[in-house]
Amino acid sequence: MAVNKFPVEGSHIMMFARSIADGNEIYYDEEYAASTEPGRVIAPPTFAQSSAQFDPDYFLRPKIGEDWFGSGKEATGIKREAGSGGGGGGGGGLHAEQHFEYHRHIGPGDVLTAEVKPGKTWEKEGKRSGKLVFSETVTEYRDQNGELVITARGVGVRTERPVDQ
Amino acid sequence: MALAAKDLNVGDTYTECLVEDLTRTQIVMYAGASGDYNPVHSDEKFTKEMAGYPSVFAHGMLTMGMTGRMITNYVGDGRLTKYGVRFTSQVWPGDTLNSTATVDDVTDGIVTLSVETTNQDGAVVLSGYANARVD
Repeated sequence: MAVNKFPVEGSHIMMFARSIADGNEIYYDEEYAASTEPGRVIAPPTFAQSSAQFDPDYFLRPKIGEDWFGSGKEATGIKREAGSGGGGGGGGGLHAEQHFEYHRHIGPGDVLTAEVKPGKTWEKEGKRSGKLVFSETVTEYRDQNGELVITARGVGVRTERPVDQ
Repeated sequence: MALAAKDLNVGDTYTECLVEDLTRTQIVMYAGASGDYNPVHSDEKFTKEMAGYPSVFAHGMLTMGMTGRMITNYVGDGRLTKYGVRFTSQVWPGDTLNSTATVDDVTDGIVTLSVETTNQDGAVVLSGYANARVD
């Protein structure tokens, strides 16, 4: 996904921190944050992943007026055979790995861009889910001055069938 | 509070309970904040009938996010320079997760931690590493 404008906002950081059950005041209280070493509200370490909110084409968000593959009356809103199409994670396969390198910690007021570069792909035979196809992407987050702030590397996996439990 | 290199020894550990009895609502909160609305995390009907899993399950990134909380509570705010993980098992509603950071190395003002998060059965759900600046 490419994101042309990811404005980092205080309320989004607060909601994100709540969603990972992190009550650290540095994520929402400006006064407290001013007394800390960073000196301002910063985002939790994995916050950059929520740049998906600012990708107009992000495929795991329902779009107005378009069919959605989750359930309504039926188990899925689009025509497709159960268990077909790669399985294992519904729409996008499963997340296998995620890595972040922090060049600077981001906070409210930063306006980021995200540029995605495809990485390696490889295959492996899995014990619990058949053939596994891995694919890597590298995302470079830059700030309003064009400075690299976070380098992210994600690995996704598509499984032949759902993972045995 | 940040860590001081002089107080750290290889093999030191820090542990936190990340969540007890993970709720579907917490998973929905993560979907809403992160923007990842994959129905396998919130839509029981789709997940059982189409994806072939016994129930919805957590985003890997929710586990990574909660594990990150353990790490920042240990190393201090704004101190991380690297954080990476591999998702080794799915996390389900009802799971209780504990996470431990272990000091592997302290060199030139950087601590290297190995990180592991396990569920109530002792299965490793996430394993990874973090680097952080220390005083």
